[in-house]
Amino acid sequence: MNTVVTESLEPLIAELRSRGFTVVGPTTRDGAIRFAEISCSAQLPAGRGDEQRPGRYRLTERHDDLVFGFAASPDSAKRYTQPPRQPLLRMREGTVEEAEAQAPRIALLGVRACDLAAIAVQDRVFLGGRHPDPAYRKRREAMLLIAVNCAVPGGTCFCVSMGTGPKATTGFDLALTELSDPHRFLIETGSGRGAEIVTAISHRPATGDDVVAAEEVSRVAATRMGRQVDTDGIQERLAGAHDSPRWAEVASRCLACTNCTMVCPTCFCTTVEDATDFTGGVAERTEVWDSCFTLDFSEVGGSSVRGSGSARYRQWLTHKFSTWFDQFGMSGCVGCGRCITWCPTGIDVTEELGCIL
Amino acid sequence: MAGPAAAAGRPRLAVWKFASCDGCQLTLLDCEDELLSVAAEVDIAYFLEASSAVGPGPYDLSLVEGSVTTPDDLRRIQHVRRVSKRLVTIGACATAGGIQALRDFADVREFASIVYARPDYIATLERSTPISAHVPVDFELRGCPIDKRQLLEVISAFLAGRRPFVPAHSVCVECKARGNVCVMVAHGTPCLGPVTQAGCGALCPAFNRGCYGCFGPMESPNARALNAQLRELGMSTPELVRVYRTFNATEEPFRQAAEEAESDT
Repeated sequence: MNTVVTESLEPLIAELRSRGFTVVGPTTRDGAIRFAEISCSAQLPAGRGDEQRPGRYRLTERHDDLVFGFAASPDSAKRYTQPPRQPLLRMREGTVEEAEAQAPRIALLGVRACDLAAIAVQDRVFLGGRHPDPAYRKRREAMLLIAVNCAVPGGTCFCVSMGTGPKATTGFDLALTELSDPHRFLIETGSGRGAEIVTAISHRPATGDDVVAAEEVSRVAATRMGRQVDTDGIQERLAGAHDSPRWAEVASRCLACTNCTMVCPTCFCTTVEDATDFTGGVAERTEVWDSCFTLDFSEVGGSSVRGSGSARYRQWLTHKFSTWFDQFGMSGCVGCGRCITWCPTGIDVTEELGCIL
Repeated sequence: MAGPAAAAGRPRLAVWKFASCDGCQLTLLDCEDELLSVAAEVDIAYFLEASSAVGPGPYDLSLVEGSVTTPDDLRRIQHVRRVSKRLVTIGACATAGGIQALRDFADVREFASIVYARPDYIATLERSTPISAHVPVDFELRGCPIDKRQLLEVISAFLAGRRPFVPAHSVCVECKARGNVCVMVAHGTPCLGPVTQAGCGALCPAFNRGCYGCFGPMESPNARALNAQLRELGMSTPELVRVYRTFNATEEPFRQAAEEAESDT
């Protein structure tokens, strides 16, 4: 693997744009780090950090010039790999037209190791079974992933427990490590496409000192996880906790609002929405994000088979950490901590697992 | 409105008003782009807000706005039901009694004595009640006001004889799909979104405002858990009571939420 150093991300962003990519990277908007299209490196959130704890997120000032000095943002790659609304088909007087999948050429800049692990989970879900999803495949193939190795994990992060981070080891086209004194970026290439892009931008070869400094960033980050989970035998232990009294206790705090599943980078459930026009001659079917916390989700024969909040919370947590292994041979949780931060009542999966197991 | 010849064969629509501000029936006129196709497929036979020309009943679909607040309303809603094959109530007044149901928490005669010079001229009921308290209702469309997109969905669903796609889950589902940042978590802004039914498209949070519950309680509201968090964010007991006592104050989960807030102190 070729490892190089660049002092600025400006040439990289310009090169990506000249190759026809829409560069989507972190920006600050509405009091949070949000993914948005950027055209130059000045739009990156220099000197901004975040403070995250259960049910609370705040942007902070860092008093340095790091542009990636924050942890997981409310947006994961899911919004791009699996958009919230996708037209599936249109019927016109008995003729069915399948909607052509939109697959914009997006270079996603700043995805973290946990996000890459989540994309690997989605790849398994959408492409690994007997019925691969061609629309998902098209979007993934059009997407370029530029990872950033986390320097500043958040208060709700636990990627170390889940074995997914903080250093990106696979699944990226390029991986950056932001270094200071002097401010520079170490770039590792992870694919042929990534290597081509690096060749086209100005850089110098990485020195031994650069590589050691980058390793130190990931080593220190790994010691700063805000949360941890004991995953030893978790699949069996959770399956055996079906009758735990904790389910009712957590349900007393759970709003069943769906926020945890919406921000989760691996929650992939959707429903279909059918609409007709006034003439009744045209019908459209749209795939939309759904959640196992709604009653409609488990409606069978006119009522929900998971009517209680405790049944729904148990279903979600058990799927993430136990039955996901049965279904896909891997964990459904990557340890990004979004469900903890963005739960309005601050329910902490790591705490719940500790109490249930 | 189209004449009787052009109306032949088309389903006949009526729009009725009870105690309300007219905002929900105006949503139908506000459809603008879609209004012509509605008018092409439906004979808008009775809609006083739009036309004084009145076609006789019976009507295939009646949209009813407003709550029942007078003795005359009690009689009139029975007539509306009799002349309607399908009856859909639109807006918080019709589905929950509306803002005027705040009278339920006080003495309406006292209000009348303060507001009117001759309160003895006022014939009003003790309570403001939803249409469903008086006649069978085929579908209730929530909101203050209702959402135009949902109104069109309900009308086209009834024309096609299918179930309308009007989910009863929380506003948060729409809020996240829209890409809003959570105002409660990121800004500390109190928000009723987690206990409120979706349908507005998460309008208020999209402008960095908290949801104020105008679509009423969602399918499984846990207001007690939300109240604990709203107190953490600094809301006092009177503020909590007030936030639930607006357009859907008498919907049972919101009524309870306000009562629990009072008794938890």
